[in-house]
Amino acid sequence: MRFRIYRYNPETDTKPYMQDYELAEIQPDMMLLDALEEIRAQDESLAFRRSCGEGVCGSDGMNINGRNGLACITPLASLKEPVALRPLPGRPVIRDLVVDLSQFYQQYRAVKPWLIREDPLPEVEFLQSPEERKQLDGLYECILCACCSTACPSWWWNPEKFRGPAALLWVNRFVADNRDQATEERLSELDDAYKLFRCHTIMNCADVCPKNLNPAEAISRLKHRMMKDSI
Amino acid sequence: MNLPRRRFDTLVIGAGGGGLRAALQLAEAEANVAVVSKVFPIRSHTVAAQGGMNAALANVSPDSWHWHMYDTVKGSDYLGDQDAIEYMCRAAAHLVIDLEHAGVPFSRLENGKIYQRAFGGQSQNFGGEQAARTCAAADRTGHAILHSLYQQNIKSKTHFFDEFFALDLIKDAEGYILGAVVLEIETGQPWIIEAKCTLLATGGAGRLFRTNTNARINTGDGMAMALRAGIPLQDMEFVQFHPTGIAGKGMLITEGVRGEGGYLVNCEGERFMERYAPHVKDLASRDVVSRAIYTEVKEGRGCGPDGDYVLLKLEHLGANIIKERLPGIRQTVLTFLHFDPIEQPIPVYPTCHYVMGGIPTNRFGQVVAPYNEGAEEAIPGLYAVGECACVSVHGANRLGGNSLLDIVVFGRAAGNHIIEHLEAHRYHRALASESVEQALERLARWERPGDGESVEELRADLQKFMEQNCGVFRNEAVLEEAVHKVTEIEERLQYVRLKDQSKIFNTARLDALELENLVGLAQAVVRCALARQESRGAHYRVDYPERDDIRWLKHSLYFQGQGHVEYKPVRLKPLTVDTFPPKERVY
Ligand SMILES: Cc1cc2nc3c(=O)[nH]c(=O)nc-3n(C[C@H](O)[C@H](O)[C@H](O)COP(=O)(O)OP(=O)(O)OC[C@H]3O[C@@H](n4cnc5c(N)ncnc54)[C@H](O)[C@@H]3O)c2cc1C
Ligand code: SF4
Ligand code: SF4
Repeated sequence: MRFRIYRYNPETDTKPYMQDYELAEIQPDMMLLDALEEIRAQDESLAFRRSCGEGVCGSDGMNINGRNGLACITPLASLKEPVALRPLPGRPVIRDLVVDLSQFYQQYRAVKPWLIREDPLPEVEFLQSPEERKQLDGLYECILCACCSTACPSWWWNPEKFRGPAALLWVNRFVADNRDQATEERLSELDDAYKLFRCHTIMNCADVCPKNLNPAEAISRLKHRMMKDSI
Repeated sequence: MNLPRRRFDTLVIGAGGGGLRAALQLAEAEANVAVVSKVFPIRSHTVAAQGGMNAALANVSPDSWHWHMYDTVKGSDYLGDQDAIEYMCRAAAHLVIDLEHAGVPFSRLENGKIYQRAFGGQSQNFGGEQAARTCAAADRTGHAILHSLYQQNIKSKTHFFDEFFALDLIKDAEGYILGAVVLEIETGQPWIIEAKCTLLATGGAGRLFRTNTNARINTGDGMAMALRAGIPLQDMEFVQFHPTGIAGKGMLITEGVRGEGGYLVNCEGERFMERYAPHVKDLASRDVVSRAIYTEVKEGRGCGPDGDYVLLKLEHLGANIIKERLPGIRQTVLTFLHFDPIEQPIPVYPTCHYVMGGIPTNRFGQVVAPYNEGAEEAIPGLYAVGECACVSVHGANRLGGNSLLDIVVFGRAAGNHIIEHLEAHRYHRALASESVEQALERLARWERPGDGESVEELRADLQKFMEQNCGVFRNEAVLEEAVHKVTEIEERLQYVRLKDQSKIFNTARLDALELENLVGLAQAVVRCALARQESRGAHYRVDYPERDDIRWLKHSLYFQGQGHVEYKPVRLKPLTVDTFPPKERVY
């Protein structure tokens, strides 16, 4: 199987280039990460992040044949040759397939992604019915892989001002939680021309999310909520 | 020595559940704390924990911490220290509530309380009916807990060094630990981080074995760092094999599946666990189920074309339960096996999962070792928690759901003890430059030019030998061979060379450093396993099939260098209740 991989090592390369690799032996059930590990056994200078290998840690997000995804849960059989691998788009490249995600994490931190309570804590757990808990499904599973935000044209243009789909999904995760008491604060914090309203519903985020989450829908729910509150 | 230098009150190495829970305790007390992690914190392996965390909340069945304690002692095959176990089981409910308040989205019961499921080895009333003690957020409990702990830490302004690789501890002539030398992965720059207290929370070492449920980063770095600092490792022969890894691949299928009513069958369609554990069947303790599966396959009752696995049936649970309570494993099976477990049983086989041994500590998280006077002297300035540590609550076999509990209970306890320690030790000690030089030499060793074997080849061999020679069933001959082979690998390691000598994000260099750590640990595992002539918990010796309390009710301590094993007594006396005296373990 043939691969074309984005290479760039700032110590030695003046500019990035694509390098071809070939793997002779491909098992039918191999994932892209397995192939990358084999390529790295041939050429140890190829850098990429990876950890769990089963789609739960979010390390190995990359651009695979033009689409963002996690290498460890992308079956080789689903890919057209040559498989073109690039770093997640729109972020500074540290080396090869490794990008600098500090801005992505900053946007996440900026939305205060933690449960906020004003009232004193009970001695036992907060009560939450199964229906109330269900409101969090589709939101709390986000692994912060950055596939969505780095596929979002609005975030490419305004990464420092637009929060981007992942951070906004997290806002919704807390807004949807009946234990959280900062909904007002969370919504008013987003009330400017950029943080939330730069989303033009292009839907790339929902299209690429490897956990099948739908940040676009979370964003539109936030927008609705805000409209309703402002009437 | 012109390295960038930073100073903190406390340095936490590792940002999994253990490290983050400790850091949170410290940050909330406004102690100045830094967390170093070789991956961005939420990529730590705690994120992968599925089934849940134990606590006697009694939300589903009657329960008490004392019953939980009994199950844990029995599960540990009586090798667990009973004071630490009592402490953990008593603290459990408080810590689950704490996590819930921190935002963990636990699954819920109709009455709004936290949902609890049944797990293996849990009983009511000291060995009676099955208990439901495991608190779960669907089958993504670790993800939910790790994210919430990280979020609380950013709220409390913990200082993070993300993607920094800890090389070695800094230690002075009097044995004080003064921080660590760490490598900034992005730039390749080594740093000195000085601290009055250092906490190791670097997780497990499942990557010792070819087939395992662990992340690629679980290479036992903290344990190996301790060994190199002259600290022994405790009970390393006890490696847990999880009964239900996906056959041939290793991804975990949580015990929660059996807790929800799933069961195992062999090629004859027989529910074979009834023969091995007539009372609790598929919910027997993990070592028991793993041996049963292994035996079925060995005796020719395995499934599939090669008869090399058994089947885990869950179709009868119905689509709703599977979608609601086990969505993560359904996704894993769809992704890696291309079928829906709602319709078909899952091929499973025992897989390396958890390291029960590790850096010896007391229940305050202080690292303890025979040093000058006693057998359990605290190493000044050093703490350890989580899978890299051995308090020892898991003894010879860990019950499912007790490890997430272990990391938050002892993470918090260590945090509290460190706060006290800092009050008594207000100043940093003078830096020990020889110790820093040693760490840098270790790094420089990988800059040697020339041709040699690759890291990849050597690691593959190591993992293969460990699997073949130190697996579920062991005996003297194969273990002797294992010691021999691991020693050979250690020799070969000197001739491994890196072709890539660049500085920036050099993953090959990290692989090499990790391999070095794994080799050190493999020595500990095989030497302790060869020495222990009995069968206890996860350590099963075909040549010594019985547990032997007279000779072996004691902890192993492996020291690097001399390669020898010493022993120390098990703490059989709990804090306030009566001892659970060893008796035969039947399920
Ligand atoms: C698939 C799976 C499922 C599990 N399910 C359950 C369950 O349902 N219930 C349960 O109780 N237990 C479960 N366990 C066990 C439990 O999850 C782990 O034992 C526990 O999470 C370990 O936590 P930790 O904080 O010790 O380490 P980890 O979460 O592994 O974190 C280790 C940290 O150390 C850092 N680190 C390591 N080496 C270095 C270095 N050299 N330099 C810098 N940083 C370093 C890493 O970056 C990471 O941040 C499961 C384990 C696995 C593998
Ligand atoms: S829907 Fe909004 S957030 Fe998602 S990709 Fe499009 S513009 Fe970005
Ligand atoms: S929403 Fe999906 S794509 Fe975006 S960061 Fe979370 S898991 Fe990744």
